[in-house]
Amino acid sequence: MKMRVNKLAAAGTVFIALIAVFAIFAPLIASHDPAGMDTRSVLSPPSREHIFGTDPLGRDVFSRVLYGSRISLSIGIIAVGLSVLTGIFFGSIAGYYGGKIDYAIMRLVDIMLCFPTFFLILAVIAMLEPSIYNIMAVIGLTSWMGVARLVRSEILTLKERDFVAASRIMGAGGSWIIIRHLIPNAIGPVLVNATLGVGGAILIESALSFLGIGVQPPTASWGNILMDGKATLGVAWWVTVFPGAFIFFTVLAYNLLGEGLRDAFEPRLKDRS
Amino acid sequence: MTRYIVRHLAGLIPVFFGITLISFLVMHLAPGGPSDISSSMNPKVSYEARIRLDKLYGLDKPLIVQYKDWLVRVVRFDFGRSFIDDRPVFDKIIEKMPVTIFINLSSLVIILAVGIPIGALSAVRRNGLFDRFSAVFVFAGYSIPEFWLALLLMSVFGISLHWLPISGIKSIDFEYYSLPLKILDVARHLVLPVLLASFGGLAGISRYMRSSMSVVMRQEYIRTARAKGLPERKVIYVHALKNAILPVITILGLSVPALIGGSVIFESIFAIPGMGRLFYESVMARDYSVIMGILSIGAILTLAGNFIADMAYSFADPRIMSGGDGR
Amino acid sequence: MKKNTLEVKGLKTVFDSWQGTVRAVDDVSFNIEENTVFGLVGESGSGKTLTALSILRLIDPPGKITGGSVMFGGVDLLKENEVRLGAVRGNRISMVFQEPGSALDPVFTVGYQLREAIRCHRIVSRGCAEDLAIDSMRKVHIKDPGRVYRDYPHQISGGMKQRVMIAMALINSPELLILDEPTTALDVTIQAEILKLLEEIIAARKMSILFISHDIGLIARMCDNVGVMRKGKLIECQESKLILSDPENEYTSALLKSARALS
Repeated sequence: MKMRVNKLAAAGTVFIALIAVFAIFAPLIASHDPAGMDTRSVLSPPSREHIFGTDPLGRDVFSRVLYGSRISLSIGIIAVGLSVLTGIFFGSIAGYYGGKIDYAIMRLVDIMLCFPTFFLILAVIAMLEPSIYNIMAVIGLTSWMGVARLVRSEILTLKERDFVAASRIMGAGGSWIIIRHLIPNAIGPVLVNATLGVGGAILIESALSFLGIGVQPPTASWGNILMDGKATLGVAWWVTVFPGAFIFFTVLAYNLLGEGLRDAFEPRLKDRS
Repeated sequence: MTRYIVRHLAGLIPVFFGITLISFLVMHLAPGGPSDISSSMNPKVSYEARIRLDKLYGLDKPLIVQYKDWLVRVVRFDFGRSFIDDRPVFDKIIEKMPVTIFINLSSLVIILAVGIPIGALSAVRRNGLFDRFSAVFVFAGYSIPEFWLALLLMSVFGISLHWLPISGIKSIDFEYYSLPLKILDVARHLVLPVLLASFGGLAGISRYMRSSMSVVMRQEYIRTARAKGLPERKVIYVHALKNAILPVITILGLSVPALIGGSVIFESIFAIPGMGRLFYESVMARDYSVIMGILSIGAILTLAGNFIADMAYSFADPRIMSGGDGR
Repeated sequence: MKKNTLEVKGLKTVFDSWQGTVRAVDDVSFNIEENTVFGLVGESGSGKTLTALSILRLIDPPGKITGGSVMFGGVDLLKENEVRLGAVRGNRISMVFQEPGSALDPVFTVGYQLREAIRCHRIVSRGCAEDLAIDSMRKVHIKDPGRVYRDYPHQISGGMKQRVMIAMALINSPELLILDEPTTALDVTIQAEILKLLEEIIAARKMSILFISHDIGLIARMCDNVGVMRKGKLIECQESKLILSDPENEYTSALLKSARALS
């Protein structure tokens, strides 16, 4: 195991845990009510009372960032969960049954990959409304293709191996074979994909919220605080810097953890020179 | 050879159908149908007017028929008319497309011109200083929210330092500039958007190139090249590079949708009159025919990009075009 | 007293891995006399290929040559700079590898790669290089060399590829030719053909040859002198006639016995 990468992955895990703590205990840690507007100190720079400063409506940026972490993290995790489940579903069916079903599903994957993801998500959210559940669903249902391909190829490889034939001889039924043997073997790469996916989902959600089509104010999300950041560019650096930095470091942490997991699960790919 | 191209094109047809189908389904996701959306924007629309609208858009016919009609119209590039200003959707898109395509193509050029050398050099001097440094850069590139980076750069270069303009593609007195000044002006406006759009793709391509190059460097034919007495320079930049670049070409095709999608953000932030911003405005205004038009065109552009990348790969890799299996 | 084309003394090559340091070539010494064939025999993993690669300094990290000398033409190859080493490789010492399938660059034509071998050591026009290349292919009995010249590696058979590799090795008339298991990866029928070609080359007696194989019967037949390797060490080194009749080492006898059992 390359020690250096593992140290980074460990750092990533620590940070993820930290943010999780922030998110879970937000109501206890926050210094103010995230929706509470203090009209006397609109757009004030970081101070002892408002450690991240205040936004154009006088709301405390620190508290909003804390509460925003709840939103952004839960959207990220649930969206990825959904995409993994969908991917496993499609991938296993395609891999196991093969033939026309496989062809159809793979064509579906190709088609989905043709759409600029962001366009598709925007279009769908425009059709429905930007509720948090809709956002989770749309992000989840547009990012399952990678997992599906992974699962399918794992199943195709494992199908060739003897123990699947052995199971069949012993009379195990179709889905039993899949669940018992194939999925646990594929779990490694899927986990890597999922971890990296959380980072990606957080980026998408914050982009959506930044454009105004994601989480709607007054509910705070890191992305929509940045909406105010854009409006106050040049005058109030704190509204832009803090939420963005949180997004950056959180996504970075997930990416580091994901890469660390990738090294753990696929040592043969790791260069040794 | 033409047969090969035609065969490949034919394979695109089911994908094309799929694209139109999914666009169609998305269109009808809205509870109450498309006319509901347009009339909800305008409460004065009467019940009879709603029925007329339905008939106009063929929304009273069964879904299959509607899909067939939609398909026919898509092939003719007839995406209907915009809800906002009643202009043909296609016209609106066409006039905004060039800017977006220009920005994305420029990004692509930068991504290739910078990403490939970075990746190759990282692979050749594995785990050296350059490799580690660029690995950090790549991780940052993957993790950073591009719109945040845009805001930061805007505030530094645009506002504090005043070096670069931060909105639009032309300055106010553009008309009065001489030609070289006009070019310079547009260039200055596009520097930030193009650079930002390249950032994510750069990270990806350089990483991919690095791994491709690493795999290639371990191949037997590289050892043969050295054993022949070729200088290391030639071994790397002729043999290794040519082999390593091949898979990167395929990846290029896959980064087209990411680039197009990203243009929504950049064009909105920098107020650039392109397809991305048109999309954003249409989404905000729920102008569903424009939304569908851009979605379909975006997917078709991606299809075209993938196809071109595939063809380029087939030309570059001699194993594909000249078949052959050894006798 | 015949001159020695190659003198290997105390060659040491190691591999560093997280499992420890493996001494792949452990203090190996032998000489190859002018215009003779020296065979290096041993099981897989005995270090014979790595010995050959060390001679030309073709060892990649995590491997490292850590000691010894390789005297060729009055200089120690292990201490030469890269430029001068490049002038020796493919020119005065050539090597043919075991797997012809992967030894040729798939994105360049056969002709290009042959021309490359010529033009990195001599200044000739492209047309002249083409003639030389086609001629070299004729010498290794490739029928229709013109077509093979224009083909890509994937379009020709394994046996043909190995002939091309041999042609490429001989094209600059080297003083030493290293053959690393040249027929092991080929089909049995093709093996016989290539061996015939190699016998012809040996009979012409124009250069020294280092022949590496795991097949002791083959080695004894084709070579003048034999070295037996085991686990990185050279455990016996004799004339081939003597090896067969009077091996000094138990291991050698064991090898001979199993070879006889197979035939």
